[in-house]
Amino acid sequence: MIRLSIPLRQALSRLSMPILVAAAFGAMLLGKAETGLVERARMTLADTLAPIYGVIAEPVGAVRNAVEELRFLAAMREENARLRAENERLHRWQAAALALETENALLRRQLRYVPEGAASFQTARVVADAGGTYARAVLLSTQPGQAPRKGQVALDERGLAGRVSEVGSRSARVLLVTDMNSRIPVVLEGSRSRAMMVGTNGDRPRLQHWPEGAPPQEGERVVTSAEADAFPAGLPVGVVRWTEGGAAEVELFARLDRLDLLRIFEFGLSGILPPEAVARPEPRARR
Amino acid sequence: MGLLRRLDAVARAAFPAVGTALLMVLTSAPVGLPSALPAVALACVFFWSVFRPGAMGPPACFLLGLLQDLLGFAPLGVGILTLLLAHGVALRIRRFLVRQSFWVVWLAYAGVAAAAAALGFVLQAVLSWRLPALAPALVQFALSAGFYPAIAALLTGLHKAMRRAEDRA
Repeated sequence: MIRLSIPLRQALSRLSMPILVAAAFGAMLLGKAETGLVERARMTLADTLAPIYGVIAEPVGAVRNAVEELRFLAAMREENARLRAENERLHRWQAAALALETENALLRRQLRYVPEGAASFQTARVVADAGGTYARAVLLSTQPGQAPRKGQVALDERGLAGRVSEVGSRSARVLLVTDMNSRIPVVLEGSRSRAMMVGTNGDRPRLQHWPEGAPPQEGERVVTSAEADAFPAGLPVGVVRWTEGGAAEVELFARLDRLDLLRIFEFGLSGILPPEAVARPEPRARR
Repeated sequence: MGLLRRLDAVARAAFPAVGTALLMVLTSAPVGLPSALPAVALACVFFWSVFRPGAMGPPACFLLGLLQDLLGFAPLGVGILTLLLAHGVALRIRRFLVRQSFWVVWLAYAGVAAAAAALGFVLQAVLSWRLPALAPALVQFALSAGFYPAIAALLTGLHKAMRRAEDRA
């Protein structure tokens, strides 16, 4: 029956072929014109087939898991060797760390090293440029209960800005390091030689009194020195810049021309205070 | 002629198209393989058009193409036209191909697959009105040509079994 019908069907197909090709072009046009319809048809088909896919996904997932497991087993040997080597390496590092720790403890004992306590600080907003007595100073607004003390150190977010020089009930004045009267003991970080940073009322304070034969190097970092017990050691100040006239200056980290918030640090130091404090000593400062 | 035998004949006549559709659905299931859907559809349509054209007519090709376009997210009509034209070409050369060895059939199929890939590329360019990348067309051609032996082996077995059943009938 089927064999007999083959020629007939072929004849039919010759007729239907052009029609169906035309229909294919029609489908293309439909797909361009009626994207919504095609989308709906697609999603209907996908929804219908979803359960079938769900059933297929089970064995496929099982096979994939098995393959994954085999691959994992094959990789395990290599992984093991790698971990062993890594463990070996880490053991060596652990030994090194333990040795260093012991050495550190030993050195500390010999030095009678006392760890520094964490410094407390409060933040205060700069409200005015207060070039009153001094040419370079700013006024801070402070909370009544938390007034800073004279001699406390002010830093902005980058580095040293100055010291608190006068304290009121709601405000405090900070003498900036660029002021003519400012003298800050500093250390040149590269050579560990000490120097004084002297304000000039200009943007860059000068370096003076460095040791003979150890001039500051261009670009060297300058940090505070604990000398005279006025500052803690190591606060970032700036970098050394030589002028064309042959003077060593410090380019400050702190941006003193645009101060908005200052952090007032309490380091528990009771060293030299600004001149007014000498004339009118404050009881709390002497501890 | 009993009902069972008639059912059997109907099943045999419908098997190529329905089997192809099922295979296409299975192929498009998310198994993490690159989409072999056009390759499978083309190989099945070509094989049945060459060896059993009575069971794979243009309407079946049209519907299979529609299924392909809806399953894959190609522009509607591309698969339809491709399968219809492949079917037409296969009918033209089937008298020659039926007597040839597998390798010649495969070679002819590779030519059809290349033409199909090129047609798909051109239609895609025209329908989306910009030049698509060439790599997917090449990959599709390689998949089509590469999948054919496996599909042909499977379908040849089925075809022989069906022919034996018909001879007995």
